[in-house]
Amino acid sequence: MEKEPIITIDNLIFSYVREEDREPVNAVDGVSLQIEEGSFTAILGKNGSGKSTLAKNLNGLLLPTEGAVYVAGYDTRSEEHVWDVRQTAGMVFQNPDNQLVSAIVEDDVAFGPENLGIDPDEIRRRVDKSLEAVNMGKFRKKPPHLLSGGQKQRIAIAGVVAMKPKCIIFDEPTAMLDPKGRQEIMEIIRELHEEGITILLITHFMEEAAEAERVVVMHEGKVLLDGTPAEVFSQRELIQSVNLDIPLAVELAAHLREKGIDVPKNIISTEEMVEFLCQYR
Amino acid sequence: MSIQVRNLTHIYEPGMPTESVALEDVSFEINDGELVGVIGHTGSGKSTLLQHLNGLLKPTSGQIVVGGKDITAPGVSMVEIRRRIGLVFQYPEYQLFEETVAKDVAFGPKNLGLSEAEIEERVKESLELVGLDYETIAERSPFELSGGQKRRVAIAGVIAMRPEVLILDEPTAGLDPKAHKDVLAMVEEVHRRTGNITILVSHNMADIARLSDKIIVIDSGRLVTVGTPKEVFGQRQRLEEVGLALPPVTQFTETLRDRGFSLSETILSAEQAAEEIFQYLKGTSEND
Amino acid sequence: MIRDITLGQFYPGESVIHRLDARVKIIATLLFIVELFIVDNFIGFVLAAGALGSVILLSKVPFSYIVRGLKPIILILCFTFALNMFMIDGTVLVRLGFLKITKEGLRMAVFMAVRLILLLLGSSMLTLCTQPLSLTDGIERLLAPMKKIGVPAHEIAMMMTIALRFIPTLLEETDKIMKAQQARGADFESGNLIQRAKSLVPILVPLFVSAFRIAQDLAMAMEARCYRGGDHRTRLHELKLKKRDFAAILLLAGFLALIIAESILL
Repeated sequence: MEKEPIITIDNLIFSYVREEDREPVNAVDGVSLQIEEGSFTAILGKNGSGKSTLAKNLNGLLLPTEGAVYVAGYDTRSEEHVWDVRQTAGMVFQNPDNQLVSAIVEDDVAFGPENLGIDPDEIRRRVDKSLEAVNMGKFRKKPPHLLSGGQKQRIAIAGVVAMKPKCIIFDEPTAMLDPKGRQEIMEIIRELHEEGITILLITHFMEEAAEAERVVVMHEGKVLLDGTPAEVFSQRELIQSVNLDIPLAVELAAHLREKGIDVPKNIISTEEMVEFLCQYR
Repeated sequence: MSIQVRNLTHIYEPGMPTESVALEDVSFEINDGELVGVIGHTGSGKSTLLQHLNGLLKPTSGQIVVGGKDITAPGVSMVEIRRRIGLVFQYPEYQLFEETVAKDVAFGPKNLGLSEAEIEERVKESLELVGLDYETIAERSPFELSGGQKRRVAIAGVIAMRPEVLILDEPTAGLDPKAHKDVLAMVEEVHRRTGNITILVSHNMADIARLSDKIIVIDSGRLVTVGTPKEVFGQRQRLEEVGLALPPVTQFTETLRDRGFSLSETILSAEQAAEEIFQYLKGTSEND
Repeated sequence: MIRDITLGQFYPGESVIHRLDARVKIIATLLFIVELFIVDNFIGFVLAAGALGSVILLSKVPFSYIVRGLKPIILILCFTFALNMFMIDGTVLVRLGFLKITKEGLRMAVFMAVRLILLLLGSSMLTLCTQPLSLTDGIERLLAPMKKIGVPAHEIAMMMTIALRFIPTLLEETDKIMKAQQARGADFESGNLIQRAKSLVPILVPLFVSAFRIAQDLAMAMEARCYRGGDHRTRLHELKLKKRDFAAILLLAGFLALIIAESILL
């Protein structure tokens, strides 16, 4: 039997007025997707593709112009369930500086649970556990402004984890980080997924999208491609035509095919490429 | 025009309990017209180094000579240094402040005390150099542009000062793949057309390998190595020690070499990698 | 320069004073300030100074560190001293040209200066020994009863919390923007007052833009974390009065009685 989807997006249209006296623009233009519980989905697209607008529609920060979004069965438009929706689907944002509320790390992590009206002893337990989960336990008394970008982003993740969401939406969490910070965050995302949390990763880095189980490519508010990383990234020409990068292995495979070496379509990582070439010779 | 950095050391808050050595005995040389890549972790001292070149920071000891003139000597005019050396900070679009793009780009030239006519000419020239159309963009507010456009305007603001050396600190940070490519292409184009020294800081090894004539590697305030991309990325172990990666292609071909493929050392482009792999495979099948 | 101001800074420590409930410390500080203005004789000031001195000793904050906080107000201090000394009529002690120093003036000047110094030291002790966040918590709790008459206690405390979090960020941002504009040849140091004020525009505009961006992002992040105002909110650190707090309250009451008795009797 198929699992119940945790998020159902039903023909979602989100439009807004870019400039006064202009026609409204559809930032998200008729998207339908189902996100299964426990899955790891990457939403890939360049700036302005509608991917971030889509993300903010998934926990009621924005509400559909047309169509509907259901989170754990709750319609995001129903006012009485807005807090259920936001607790089910937590969100980590792009800018590590601008999403921490408190001048002390552990107080910041406690912010979400405090809003949920949870018992202080339980908050304590959750704060400690979440900080351990992101390897920031020893920074709990530090002020955030003394931490690196990657560390701040880990605190933001801990703050969401402490609310015990079933699903976490990451809205370009690594866009402002250096390679080291980027690796740290991706590692934590993988771990959270292994623990059973549904992951939605919005990104424009194809290396990160390639780590997901499913990749959805957005372009001009619509879903352009949807499938496993291998299925999606083998569509080299289509992906390049919308100005996204392709994995190095896919680029190499294309060059090798031109020269007459028959590289299978499902090779998208350099590790797979190395194995293939060693077999081939 | 060339740059010599000699035994540059910078200590933040010397004598205080918070004293920290940001740069220690760094020496290198940049020749006329070179495009130089600078790599190193966040906090390695890269930014401190760049701010010295522009006179924003004074060295604790050491010397920086630009075009034969010691800019660290006492009494050197800061305006003069900043006219000659343009520095584009990270996320430069956050510094835009004027009502129109043209006025914002004119800010630097105005500070140099140029004539109105000269300023206007430079604004036009620099906007065009960064790939923006003067007619359509000059009178718009910089705050209503897209992220990539804002960044170009900010870079144009520095180029308009006609610096003899252009330094860019991570000019592609936070941009999507398309804007990333466009901004790099623009940097290349500006470098080609002005023929000046360009210094580029980036975490993207593939970009650095492709664009640079020379690469400077900094770690913990010290100079790790200087050389051509081939020389620098050929020192796989040394880079690993300081936790820096090879460009993905190089990493890939080196793995293949470890597995017994006979390919040249330190391959830096996908095309070359594919060609050599193909030749190698052809060779092995002929020997069978 | 900014580093030298200890007023408003926190000095980490584990002393009794540090561990007292923030509410007790806020009330004590308020009473101390009120008391300073009731007192108008020598013994009263000795008592106040003695009380403050024992608190400083108990807090284990180095005295030199606290005194550094006085530096920025030395000028104001001298000014009020001079003003009081020369402006008050009474028995003339010394005459310097058209200026005269009176007995009453001198007395007033000394009292005023001592008052100001004690006031500043006393309020610095509050911030030096109380974590900024406990302080905002304490203010929120103390203001809570006034919610009924429309005082937004939670909102005030939340604003203070956010301000504490973002002041360092904005200072960093200011430094970055200043450097970037300097790299474009901006000059903040020379010129007359108007020119200098004008030269701030390239800093202030980007800073405002940054502040608005932060506000927008933060509001969204807070909403996503289910923030919905102060109702039904619980706290990680609950403020609970302990034995030492009751002891402090008793001491405080005793001290207050002493001061009142002293000012009536003498």
